[in-house]
Formats: sequence, structure tokens, C-alpha cells
Amino acid sequence: MSQITNVLIAGIGGQGVMTAADIIAQAAIRCGHDVKKTEVAGMAQRGGVVTSHVRFGERVHSPSIMPGSADLLLAFEPAEALRWAGHLRNGATALVNTFAQTPPVVSLGLFEYPAAPLEEMARHPVSTYSLDAGEMAIQMGDRRLINSIMLGAIARHLPFDSGLLKQALLERFASKGSEMLSLNEQAFDAGRSMN
Amino acid sequence: MTAAETVRDLQALFISGNEAVAMGARDAGCRVAAAYPGTPSTEILEYISTYPKVYSEWSINEKVSLEVAIGASLAGSRALCAMKHVGLNVASDALMTQTLIGAVGGLVIAVADDVGLSSSQNEQDSRHWGRFAHIPVLEPSDAQEAYSMTRFAFGLSERFAVPVLLRLTTRICHVKGLVRITADESIPAQGFNKDSSRYVMVPGNARNRIPQMMQRDIELARYSEDCELNRFESGSDQSIGFVTSGAAYCHVREAFPDAPVLKLGLSHPAPVETIRAFAEGVDRLIVAEEVDPLLETELKAAGIPLCGKEILPRIGELTPTVLLPAVASLTGESCELAPVRESDVFPRPPTLCVACPHLGIYYCLAHVKNTIISGDIGCYTLGAGHPWNALDTCISMGASLSVAQGIDKGRSEHDANKNVIAVIGDSTFLHMGMQGLLDITYNRGNVTILLLDNRAVGMTGGQNAPSSGLDIQGNSTIQVDFRKLCEALGVKSERIHEVNPYELPTLFKALRDEVKIAEPSVIITNQPCVLTERYSKQPALNVDADRCTGCGNCLDVGCPAILVERRETVVKPNGREKELAFVKIDSAACTGCNLCINTCGPDAIVPIQNFSRINAVEVNA
Repeated sequence: MSQITNVLIAGIGGQGVMTAADIIAQAAIRCGHDVKKTEVAGMAQRGGVVTSHVRFGERVHSPSIMPGSADLLLAFEPAEALRWAGHLRNGATALVNTFAQTPPVVSLGLFEYPAAPLEEMARHPVSTYSLDAGEMAIQMGDRRLINSIMLGAIARHLPFDSGLLKQALLERFASKGSEMLSLNEQAFDAGRSMN
Repeated sequence: MTAAETVRDLQALFISGNEAVAMGARDAGCRVAAAYPGTPSTEILEYISTYPKVYSEWSINEKVSLEVAIGASLAGSRALCAMKHVGLNVASDALMTQTLIGAVGGLVIAVADDVGLSSSQNEQDSRHWGRFAHIPVLEPSDAQEAYSMTRFAFGLSERFAVPVLLRLTTRICHVKGLVRITADESIPAQGFNKDSSRYVMVPGNARNRIPQMMQRDIELARYSEDCELNRFESGSDQSIGFVTSGAAYCHVREAFPDAPVLKLGLSHPAPVETIRAFAEGVDRLIVAEEVDPLLETELKAAGIPLCGKEILPRIGELTPTVLLPAVASLTGESCELAPVRESDVFPRPPTLCVACPHLGIYYCLAHVKNTIISGDIGCYTLGAGHPWNALDTCISMGASLSVAQGIDKGRSEHDANKNVIAVIGDSTFLHMGMQGLLDITYNRGNVTILLLDNRAVGMTGGQNAPSSGLDIQGNSTIQVDFRKLCEALGVKSERIHEVNPYELPTLFKALRDEVKIAEPSVIITNQPCVLTERYSKQPALNVDADRCTGCGNCLDVGCPAILVERRETVVKPNGREKELAFVKIDSAACTGCNLCINTCGPDAIVPIQNFSRINAVEVNA
């Protein structure tokens, strides 16, 4: 079990969590790993919580990351980072997009959004890197670029060459035209330069 | 072929269990595939629909999909139908008699159980149908096995002339793994051979088929003992051995890498003697099955000492986190799981989408007094949640109408003044709701029906249905005319209203008028699902902060694009405190449906640019 790398990707329906997980998985396959990837989506297309578990190594049996054993957390939203921080092992790494998205239950005053999610993250025994991928993506012209920015951010924390991840990303967008391809490459590089 | 052998094979495909089932069917020479969408099984038919050699269809419900597959099998072709667990309840009428006839062309029923209820109204163990219908059950554990067992299932079906249940779970359907596919088979169609003593199930014929079914059970049980899908895996620690199947196998291997395992791919009929021999080689035997104790009960009846649901839960997945402490409780050993730090972050339940045409419906329903609202299965089930809280029941596909009829007829003096309302979507209405409407009209019921026609099966991702005018491949076909259909089912023409659900005053008027009239009426909404191509976005809206009074009325719409900027507490002249919520609109998410404008007294919600107010309109698909 010790050689297995466990990557937990968390966000909200529609943010591209599944696509990011797919791209990490493809890069891991390219390294010759056995890979399993879950899609715990439920009714997530409706603004709910989305997580995907990517596990890779010599031989992966269970597709599920055991709570407390994730090595990496790629969180597309700060409250989601907090929600899943408990799934990380001690000494793990979290990459957090600080761009918050409040759900209707918060707007309605039924629940409160955490006042300082990054400060709360600091209470967990993990290394947290944060970036405002949402704002960066809007500056680059398309909020959907959050995905590629976050992949850039996790690149150097994965146990393989970050070029492989970039290659998997570019292959994913190869059919979308040269403009989209170039934008996503820029987004990836911007994310990678953040930490 | 196990995944281990393909790990470094770059030719292997990285696909989900659902796609693997689709490819398995294709490569087995399946000619007909039918399904009604249902999580987690939906993608099986979506993938098959892209293969030109397989006829595929969205059937109007699961019973129809099974009967289409049965017909294809009787015509001598290999056929598959796919459904979620509750779909097989619907299809079971056909199944329970088809098992007497058996299969001609390979007949595979892929059924996906939602273990853990990620997106379902209940948790069922479809392996029961194997016992009830006397048919074999195959249980793949990962995507590779989903592929190979689907192919195997067709051959098994033809060898024993029996429908085969391919039992999947969410953790098979929606997990991607490396899959190597093998050369496809070319299966010549056998043609339809008339055989009324076998195909016409009248009592005399059916009675004669029962002993043959029983004989088939015996032969399948014998076959199971040597079946290649039932595999022994040795382990260095003989203190505990596991009999397991499906996703639970992966979790067992993860949690107990040194334990001997008897992995059942053909889990019903179980290879009882093989298991008995396995049990003798280990100190303790544990049966790990999701979710009901089926194997466990049968093996205990066969006198094999074992442990199962005494220590393992009867609901949910048997993940390593569940297995490890449960087994430790049996052995008395300590179990050191990583400490889990619980989160106290707010819940983020699924919501209706930004600009969803159902938002206006629930805004109205939440503001109509004295209602009992009978709900159904679909996105609009979310109307039970905040801020609307406007749904009182949700049971099964189509139940909104017939349950409303029962509430109407069963009401006592306590509810004499209540307005009984049923809410149902277009696809659910066609699936099983039409019969309920006919029951209401035929039996002179008094129900106001909201038929939410968004032209798609929304909750599963916007698949086509007879209400779309498009088939599974997106090609043009007939489109149901709901007005005519409701008239044909006995609703008076003047009691049928087609309304734009973004026009709140019209919607309110139709609803308030119709609940007062003591006969069945149908209000049909006519705007498309925002997730489909039919929906056209309009310029986003903005809040004029100078005009916003903080009344919060727009928040009652429940649109996720409306956010609170700041809150204030003011004291009204009567001395009571009032909470004010000043809002803003997430312009990147807003698609300008203008619904919230209807709820804003001070006209604070305005288009970002100087566009005229246009409601979302349907475009030609």
C-alpha cells in the first residue's frame, strides 16, 4: 500500500473536477502506473459537492482513498478544501483555490461560510499552498481555465515530471482548437509558477 | 486477463465500468441495446449509441427496455438492456415470466445498484432477482471485468438459454481503470423460429416450463463450481479467508493483502462445494458482500461456518475503513486507522441550476397556501429543499399522480380544504405517470397536476425522451404533444394550460385558478432544461445597490446566482427586529432568465447592459 499515491480532487459540480482527475490519471498511466479513478458525483451536476479519487502505483485494488491517507488535495474551492482536509495524512500537501463559491443555503442565512478558511487549514498538519485561480482565470478571459491553473499548481507536487501532466492536459484540449490549447497552456504555466 | 498484466500496456484503455460494459456488448456482437436513463447506469447506453453496429434506444421505461431486449433475443439476436436498481422493479413483471421462456440470442440485463445512495431513493440489492427469477448473476469488480464479464454473459446466456443478470454498483460504473479489449465476435443472427409452446406463456405452457427452469438451476449450480469467473487467490495468512464479490473484493484485497480470497464472479448460483473446501483451509471465513446477506444465508444453510453481517454493516459500501475495524472486532486485535479529523463546514446539497425553469414553479408552490404536494423522481425533487420546502412526498417514478389521487380520495375532514397538487416532469410522466393521470380522470379525482416539460431527462444529464423530439443519437423523431395526450387521457381541454414558467404572474394565476376547481387539471410548463442545447442564454443581470432594500424576496427564488452581499438587522416601527439581506448577482453564472426581476419590488435587478427583457426562449434543436 505504501507505494500508492492518493490524490483527492474536490470542488463543486461544473468546476471541472472530473476533467482534472482524468488528466492526472492519464499522466500517471504514461509513467507506467496502474491507476484507478472514482467519480463520487451523485447529483453534483446540481451544484453539490464533487470529489474524485485518483490512486496510482504498482497495483491499485480499492478505488477509494481511505480517510486520513490522501497524499495530495487539489481543492477548487476554499470551503471544499476545509471539508476534505481531514482526508489528508499528516504531512500531506493541499493546493487551494481561494476563489469562494457560496451555495444558496449560505445566501439564505441557514449556514455560515467559514470566515477564514486558509487560517483554519493551517490547523491541519498539512502544507497548504493557496492561489486565487478564479481571479486568475477571469483575468485570462474564461473562468473555466481554473481547471488548468489548478493542474499547473499541483504539477510539482506529483511524483513524476510535471511535463507529463502538461502533455496530458494539452492532449485533452488538442481537439478544441489552437486558441483554447494556447490559453490552457498559459493557464497551466501560470498555475505552475505560483508555488 | 487481470489489470496487473495490462498495467504497462499503453494500448490499454482508461475507461469507466459503464463504458467497459458498452464495449463488451459491442464486441460480443450485441445487436440491440435499450435502456431508460438512471444513475449510475446511464452512460452504458450513451456509449453504445455511438457504435454504428448496435441498434440502441432510450426506451420509455425499464420494463419496455427489457421487453425490447427480450424481443430481440427471441428474434435470435444478442441483446442487452441496462437500468438502475429501481428500474428492475419496474421491469420485473417481464423478467419473472421471461425466465420460463429463457433466452434465444444472448440476453443480458445490466443492473446498477446505487450502494451508498449517491443518487437514488433507496438502496437495493439486485442480486435478489437472481434468486427470485432463477437466473445467474455476474458481478464484475472493476472496469476490466466489466468488459470481460459482459462478453462472458452473452455466451453464458446462450449456453444455458437463460437471461443473465450483470450486477454492477456505483463503484463499478463510475470508476475508471485500465482495460484491454479483445477481438470482437461476429455472431450470426439465428432468426425467429416459431415455438408457441415455449414463447406463449399461457398456464398450460408455463407449467411445463417450470421443471425445465428448475433443472437449469441445478445445471448452473454445477457449472458454478468450476466456472473460471470464480477464482481462488492464495494468501500467506490463513487465519482469515474471505468469500467476496463485486466492489467489495477490491476493498478486501486493499485491506487484507495477505488473506486468501475466494472471489466470486458468478456469484449466483454460488459454488457451494468450492466454498466449503476453501473454508476448511482457513481458520475463519468471512463473507463480504454488498449489501444484503444473500451468500451468507445460503452458505450458513449449507452448514459452512462463517461470519458476515454479524460484524459487517447491511447498508453502504464495504470500504477498507469499514472492513478493518469490523474484522478487528472479530479477532480482538487492535485496529489502527488513521485518525479522521471531522469537518464542520456547511452542507452543500445539490440545488436547482441557475435559471432552471423549475425555479418559478417552486417559488409559486411555496407561496400557495393549503397545499399537499405529491412529488416525483427528477430534478424537481429538489423542490423539497430550501428555500421552497414545497414537496410533501417522493416515492417512485410516476407516483406523484396516483399518490395524489389516493390523498384526494383518502382525505379526512382534517384536509377538506387542502389543494392536492402533483408535480411531475415530462420524461417521468411518459415513463409511468400517464397511467396515474388516466386513473385520476377515470375515477373522477380532484388533483391539480404540474407537468414540468423541459424536453429532457434532466437529472441524469439531459438525455432525450419522446418529449424531446430527438432520439438517442439526437436525430429527429416524433415529439409528444402533451396537450393532446392529456386530453386523450380524459382531461377537459379548458383545464389544460400551457405556461411559460418564467412568467410568474401567469403561473400564479393558472395555479390559483385551477386549485379552486374540483376536477383534474394540468398546467404544462414549456421551457427547456438549461443544460440542453435548446436553452439560449440571455445577457446577465445585475443588482442596483442603491435600489436594493434588502427585503430578500429574490432569495426565495432559490437561484444559485443570487448571493448575499451584506446583512443588516433593523428595528421596525412595531419594535420587532427584521433581518435584511442585500444581494448581488454572480454575473458569470447568471443567464438572464429574468425570473428574479418578477420578485423585486423596488426594481433593483436590472440587465447588465441595456438589453430588453427577453425570457429564455426555445431555439430549434
